[in-house]
Amino acid sequence: MGSFIATRLVRLVATLLAVSFLTFLLVNLLPGDAINALIPIEAQQDQEYVAQVRAEWGLDDPMLVRYGKWLGDAVRGDLGDSIVTSRAVSSEIAHRIPVTGELMIVTVIFSVLLAVPLGVMSAYREGSRLDQFISGGAQFALSVPGFVAGLLFIYVFAMKLGWFPATGWTRISNSISGNLMTVTLPALSLSVIEVAVYTRVVRSDLVTTLKEDYILSARSKGLKDGFILFRHALRPSSLTLITVVGLNIGLLLGGTVVVEFLFALPGLGKRLLDAIFQRDFMMVQGITVFVAMVYVVVNTLVDLVYLVVDPRIRKAD
Amino acid sequence: MDTALDPAAPTEAARRPWIRRFVSKMPWTTRFCASWLIVIVGAAVFADLIPGLADPNYQGFLFGDGVTNEGPSLTHFLGTDNNSRDILARIVYGARVSLIVALAAVFMGVVFGGFFGSMVGFVRGRTDSTVMAVVDVILAFPGLVLLLTVVTLLGRRDLVVIATVIGFLSIPPYTRVARANALSISRREFVTAARAIGTRKRTILFREVIPNVLPTLLAYAMVNAAVIILLEGALAFLGLSVEPPTSSWGTMVNASRVDLQINVWPAIWPSLALVFTVYSLNNVGDWLRRLRSVRSAAL
Amino acid sequence: MVDQAANSPLLKVDDLRTTFTIPAGDVKAVRGVSFSLDRGRTLGIVGESGSGKTVLARSVMRLNLGTNVTTTGTAVFEGTDVLTRSPAEMRQLWGTEMAMVFQDPMTSLNPLVRVQRQVTEHLCRHLNLNRSEARQAAVDLLREVRIPDPETRLRSFPHELSGGMRQRVCIAVALACAPSLLFADEPTTALDVTVQHQILNLLSREQADREMAMVLVTHDLGVVAGRTDDTMVMYAGTVVEHAPTASLFADMRHPYSEALMRSIPRTSLPSHTRLAAITGRPPDLIDPPTGCDFSPRCPYVQDQCVNEEPPLVETDDPTHRLACWTPVGSPEARVAFEKNLAAGLQQAVAVDLSAAPSSTGGVDG
Ligand SMILES: Nc1ncnc2c1ncn2[C@@H]1O[C@H](COP(=O)(O)OP(=O)(O)O)[C@@H](O)[C@H]1O
Ligand code: SF4
Ligand SMILES: [Mg+2]
Repeated sequence: MGSFIATRLVRLVATLLAVSFLTFLLVNLLPGDAINALIPIEAQQDQEYVAQVRAEWGLDDPMLVRYGKWLGDAVRGDLGDSIVTSRAVSSEIAHRIPVTGELMIVTVIFSVLLAVPLGVMSAYREGSRLDQFISGGAQFALSVPGFVAGLLFIYVFAMKLGWFPATGWTRISNSISGNLMTVTLPALSLSVIEVAVYTRVVRSDLVTTLKEDYILSARSKGLKDGFILFRHALRPSSLTLITVVGLNIGLLLGGTVVVEFLFALPGLGKRLLDAIFQRDFMMVQGITVFVAMVYVVVNTLVDLVYLVVDPRIRKAD
Repeated sequence: MDTALDPAAPTEAARRPWIRRFVSKMPWTTRFCASWLIVIVGAAVFADLIPGLADPNYQGFLFGDGVTNEGPSLTHFLGTDNNSRDILARIVYGARVSLIVALAAVFMGVVFGGFFGSMVGFVRGRTDSTVMAVVDVILAFPGLVLLLTVVTLLGRRDLVVIATVIGFLSIPPYTRVARANALSISRREFVTAARAIGTRKRTILFREVIPNVLPTLLAYAMVNAAVIILLEGALAFLGLSVEPPTSSWGTMVNASRVDLQINVWPAIWPSLALVFTVYSLNNVGDWLRRLRSVRSAAL
Repeated sequence: MVDQAANSPLLKVDDLRTTFTIPAGDVKAVRGVSFSLDRGRTLGIVGESGSGKTVLARSVMRLNLGTNVTTTGTAVFEGTDVLTRSPAEMRQLWGTEMAMVFQDPMTSLNPLVRVQRQVTEHLCRHLNLNRSEARQAAVDLLREVRIPDPETRLRSFPHELSGGMRQRVCIAVALACAPSLLFADEPTTALDVTVQHQILNLLSREQADREMAMVLVTHDLGVVAGRTDDTMVMYAGTVVEHAPTASLFADMRHPYSEALMRSIPRTSLPSHTRLAAITGRPPDLIDPPTGCDFSPRCPYVQDQCVNEEPPLVETDDPTHRLACWTPVGSPEARVAFEKNLAAGLQQAVAVDLSAAPSSTGGVDG
């Protein structure tokens, strides 16, 4: 078990290094000189000034040297400063994490709470009308992107019914109810696809599990179906669900970019978009690496959860 | 090659009943979805030839020849957008972007991902761990974020760039799927047998492994194409897919937001086109997969 | 306990038929089986793999999963027809009145649930025991099935036990609520040869101690020999021979039973000696052959067999039922066999070649 964790950690660090280096490479090799973001085009006539700024930002060093410097700072939590606002990238990220984080957590909780009963009902009555309805609905929901769902929700619940604000964000520290009002529609928009994905996973996994001998043997003991479903069958499926939630974090992170843009939420995705439009390469690089890190860490955690929940793996080591 | 001499090539007559049998097994929803896909592909390919289809970029109101935000009418079946452009025409031409991007992704994924995956799954060892390490790293980026970063930093955003970038990013998932299949195929008897009689590795790879991986990859491609179209839609919605005035469904949905209070049609039509196309791909893809799994279970 | 219906059988199955509807057609897995079983008695059901033994046992227990199953006929258990009971009524029977031990202890225990919960969860439900009582009951049960160090074992997960231990746990689970009827469906097929005997002996001892009726399902005639009161031989979903075990072994009448007899693994032979497998394959259950189902494989086959289906009837001994036109040992059978051998019929030739070692018959204990 110890060595399992150790290999996972080594892989985590290696992946992070590779990801950060690739991002750095992308940002620095691709066209679009950072100097354009630093100095207005008109001011670039002044060669001396340009040279001074280049030196100041280290733009003339060999790329590996610059990566080394950047990495050295990064492990100490310093992802550099925004070229546009001069604020530290790390503090910008820290400032926006609560928004994106809350959005994702609310989405996952809501989706799991909805998907588990749907998937269980669907699998329990495999092939029935109910199953066809749920499976068909999930297949449809899987085809509705966040921005379409979001726009629909804005039109119906904000514009027509006026129940929720169409855009904006209230921090939870300012007002809990206000925060709930602003998180509801964005989280619902993100949930449409997540619910569909989770429901399908729970259903297909449970359908297989329900054919296992140990389910038959539980039935032959006279246990109630509900008890068998939730105490015997759902347990292995919950492992699969945890994995899929972890793997889906990438999709969800992408979704938050779109939804934060649509609902004008001051989250990480919106910040990334702004940075992209402003060609703020330090910010783009910092956020991308950070997001990749979250993704890799979450997936490592998923593996560790497996280790705790599944006794067979715990023993295998 | 003369097909008449090739016993493997089915004649036209022999093929038709097979397709009919194939279609007759489809549930009605799947039939409907397949029809929609045929319609949308046909419209995108022959957009320029469709009689009476308006110019997608003609802004009539500038010339006193059209109204902005017009509802569906006989001249504009789906109405006009806030620049008085014909929505139907923009949807048809927008389908081109979605489909070309999806096609590029599937093509690059199947060709390169299929090859790399089959190869490393077959030869294993060092090559395998190296290639899969690279794949893992690329997959460690959340797709949309990586796409945003790459597309933006490239600076240019024409269809070729978008399609190439998305296509390139599709290679890793296909590599994974191909490798998983190649692993199990490499353990099957016919591969072992080929090895035992001393067939060259490259021959086995191209004659035995890749042909057996391909069907699975193509079933995956259906579902993957749906994901790609959603991805392009999101990118366009964020204003980061092909440059205006080229129309793309996501761009249209984004543009519709301005006048949503007064006219919902420009939001509804491209959304429906997107959702139905993606749904059709998912539906037909799922059906193909079920068919395959039923068949392999029956063996 | 025994008084209310002492003379009526515990279980009486009549013309039971179970069919699975699949895309290729209707699989008639059980085709009109009738038998009865008295309290405290044991019945062996023997047949090749695929002959419908599992489906029969599960049909009687109403444990056939899936929506594509239809079962007709009657299975009267303790006075009422099981097949007409509601699911809730079945749940009352399961565990308390009828229990089952499955073939593979590897898969019939939930890998993610500790032994203790798997042994006690239905105790709590059926007998209303509280936690500590259930725990004590579980310890007693594990001790009864000869699992050493039961307290520790209760905290184990199934994968931490050996195959034999796992099957003992399954037996403990089945016995927990003292059922009056136990189905043991090939309880030793998945186990090492060395532990097979121990498990069979455990089952026999528990059956005798508890005066519980038991149906022992197996593909191996050697398993039922000396262990069950009666033996029923099944082929392609039907009963072909049914007799008290002792008289079956003393006077085996059906060609299929004889063929099964020839395929018993013998400890006296080196372990890799090829068994005389039965020539040919079991028939298609979607579209069974006309006449006797065994006719394509039977060394004694003659014209009547192909045209007419032999009914299951009592022989001169009323406890011995048989479905065959020319039973083994009859003069007609000898004639038919000679004729088939002369004609070079494959199944006759195969029997003749392996006839010498098995002709001595009798396997006991
Ligand atoms: N769920 C099912 N669907 C279709 N056919 C089945 C199903 N279960 C069993 N069968 C068929 O019923 C026949 C008898 O199976 P079974 O009772 O398991 O045989 P045995 O236990 O004697 O080895 C087999 O031919 C099998 O294919
Ligand atoms: S009826 Fe004929 S074919 Fe059938 S078992 Fe008897 S002898 Fe053989
Ligand atoms: Mg069986």
